[in-house]
Amino acid sequence: MSHEHDHHPDHSDLSDIERRVRALETVMTQKGYIDPAALDVLIDTYQTKVGPRNGARVVARAWADPAFRERLLRDATAAIAELGYSGRQGEHMIAVANTPGRHNIVVCTLCSCYPWPVLGLPPVWYKSAPYRSRMVRDPRGVLAEFGVTLPPSTEIRVWDSTAEVRYLVIPERPAGTEDLNEEALAALVTRDSMIGTGLARAVGGT
Amino acid sequence: MPYVSHADLGGRNGFGPVVPEPEGAVFHASWEPRVHAITIALGATGSWNLDMTRSARETLPNYLDLTYYEIWLGGLEKLLIQKGLVTLDELIAGCTRYPPAPVVRVLKADQVASVLAKGAPTERAATGPARFRLGQRVRARATPAEHHTRLPAYVRGKTGVIERVLGAHVFADSHAQGLGEDPQWLYTVVFDAPELWGSQAAAGHRVSFDAWQPYLEAA
Repeated sequence: MSHEHDHHPDHSDLSDIERRVRALETVMTQKGYIDPAALDVLIDTYQTKVGPRNGARVVARAWADPAFRERLLRDATAAIAELGYSGRQGEHMIAVANTPGRHNIVVCTLCSCYPWPVLGLPPVWYKSAPYRSRMVRDPRGVLAEFGVTLPPSTEIRVWDSTAEVRYLVIPERPAGTEDLNEEALAALVTRDSMIGTGLARAVGGT
Repeated sequence: MPYVSHADLGGRNGFGPVVPEPEGAVFHASWEPRVHAITIALGATGSWNLDMTRSARETLPNYLDLTYYEIWLGGLEKLLIQKGLVTLDELIAGCTRYPPAPVVRVLKADQVASVLAKGAPTERAATGPARFRLGQRVRARATPAEHHTRLPAYVRGKTGVIERVLGAHVFADSHAQGLGEDPQWLYTVVFDAPELWGSQAAAGHRVSFDAWQPYLEAA
């Protein structure tokens, strides 16, 4: 909610939920529990600084640097911190690599656990009842809704993040990318490919 | 009053298709990032912990009718009132009527980056040896908990295999009830799909969850 409504003291142009949030924020500020300037920093952080491009850089490094990939698979928290990503909702990271015979998918059936430092905040569908209820039971059916079809022989492994461990999927590196640098590789890494509901983009594809 | 979580959705039917969204879409109304930020800022006051937050949200009676950040807002209002930081009439009026309660700290703007980067690791020194070993067959506890738990209903009574030993971690069930951190060994337990969903489940499909030791027994 922006401050463009400040000239309407009765807030009569606000929806019920906007009024409720405004009331909460006002009372919390009056009580001295929150610093409005800290809210501005938090909002900016999660809208502009933290997002799936962070994770894409991790994956691209893993594709380009076998030693980094090995460190990532052994101790993902430390390896991800090498790129400067750490902290809240990424304190205990595990990276799981897709291979031609095995595809990994992450879900949180109990709430919305998601690796914020590398993927940002979760999309609506990740937090929704359809995804949380069905991914553990019918992963191929859910993948089809994302337009993804895997060979019948591919083993599907679903990771339900029920504790404070957060999972990052390392998608398979697309064919024909041998000559690309890390920046170009990162552009092929989608958010969904790091959750497991997508694959990395093909070169020249969408 | 029995404890009822409305958030334990794994394996349930009737919620319809998943609706994918493009990568940039995270918030869908201007109040949503404010609720997110207020929740983090108030969490920093030390008045409750993350497990209490999850418990407050999952027990909202209309959980399944609410959007995600409506759930966050409802959980936050509930905790604030429970912990005596605000009264309902203050939230309705939108102004303070009573003096503030003491809080441990107030998050300042120049502390946000360091507080987020530090996070809140949950691994602790173990107070005893791990009861289960890699490759061991274990059964998830069958009885529902009468409090917040991270043992999903769909694995209760099911047999799986210990795949990873993740160290000792703050035990969500105790932590949510205000019983302290009570560190317990944490494991990744993996199940074959037919064990969870019956013989019609697809071959080559496995599901794991992360289980604190009290959730498990030797199978």
